[in-house]
Amino acid sequence: MSRSGIVQFILFFVYVLLQVLLLRNLVLFNSAFCFLYIAFILLLPIEWSSLVLMVIGFILGFTIDIFYDSMGLHAMATVLVAYLRNYWMATITPQGGYDSGSSATIASNGLQWFIVYTLPLVFLHHLVLFFVEASGFALFWYTMLKIVASLLFTMTIIILLQYLSPQGRRL
Amino acid sequence: MERLINFIYEYRAFLTFLLLELSCGWLVVENNQYQSTKYFNSSNRLAANILGFSQGVREYFSLRTINEELAEENAELRTDLEKMRQVSDNYNPVAKDSAKADQYEYVSAKVIANSTNLYKNFITINRGSADGILPGMAAISNDGAVGKVKSVSENYSVLISLLNVDEQISCVIKRTNHFGSVRWDGLHMRYSNLLFIPRHATPIVGDSVITSGYNSVFPEGILVGIISQASLKEEANFWDIKIELSQDFGRLSFVEVIKSRLKSEKDSLEHITIGEPK
Repeated sequence: MSRSGIVQFILFFVYVLLQVLLLRNLVLFNSAFCFLYIAFILLLPIEWSSLVLMVIGFILGFTIDIFYDSMGLHAMATVLVAYLRNYWMATITPQGGYDSGSSATIASNGLQWFIVYTLPLVFLHHLVLFFVEASGFALFWYTMLKIVASLLFTMTIIILLQYLSPQGRRL
Repeated sequence: MERLINFIYEYRAFLTFLLLELSCGWLVVENNQYQSTKYFNSSNRLAANILGFSQGVREYFSLRTINEELAEENAELRTDLEKMRQVSDNYNPVAKDSAKADQYEYVSAKVIANSTNLYKNFITINRGSADGILPGMAAISNDGAVGKVKSVSENYSVLISLLNVDEQISCVIKRTNHFGSVRWDGLHMRYSNLLFIPRHATPIVGDSVITSGYNSVFPEGILVGIISQASLKEEANFWDIKIELSQDFGRLSFVEVIKSRLKSEKDSLEHITIGEPK
């Protein structure tokens, strides 16, 4: 396994533990959740293929599901994001393309690009997550409220962590 | 054949995506069905240990309240016991049916994980099959009904909380004896709904809602909540009733799981006369 692979492997557990031990208990105003673990998929190296991303996404989501007692729910949302990530990234390639070996961080591509990249994907993740959990559209507006509140919360934490981590690297 | 393989290879990402999403969907649907002894949930040992650690840290901050609550409960029980003793001294009833007298056995358990903000909330507790807990048993607390056991591992169990849109329990209004079902609507953790109370009933705000004991999961007469709002729409067949849950799920720390000795007998009798449970 390459060096970057080992780093990602350790980060996987960091994200899971952070989500399960801390963020699971942190719900603002009864409606804003922080599903930070999705950032792990978003911040994996740019050149990793969709196939690998989806398999990692499935394992990540499934692990989270075990702790949330929600078999398949988080896995479903995470696999979707993992699948779409590379297509979305190709669509919003900055002028001159991505540097080889770089990751999708604020440090390498700027804040504006980063928000354009993460916001729709995190939104999609939350959309699938909350509507599948509600099993339908009966509580449409309340669910939308939860989605938007969680989106703001998750995005704030993701961006904050970008600035806090050494050299603007990940986590 | 070669074209087929080429096709699969070309669309491998999309096909994997489809396959993974379908299996997730299957898991979701499967999990919604009631009661199981599955391994992949928070009752598995590693997950429960990690959650227990997190709960352990939090518990230090609420030790005082938990202590007070337990002391209060103790005092209440002592008073009840004394009352019972007085009554039985004076009254000395005819020999009771011993099978009925200890129909229920209680197993005390500590809550190690609990959620209240999702649509489908679950509670993980630190007792499992080693203590005789089986899926389908009821859990109550000092304040009232809490939920039903969903899955069990050797040392841990997962309960379906009353705060779960899939959970429904059979209840009666204590004053009028009309029965209906309590089901949560997913909105507020302090309130639930009482469904199927017929038009001609006269529920009033403040009535107690207790378990009916009809499905023999919960014993009869466990408090579930107090009616906080009751309205009747024109031409509706049933009342719209909101109840305030007697158990505040935000501060749940101990539960008691109820083992009913006569459940299997009652179920099999009903099975013979009524048919397969739905």
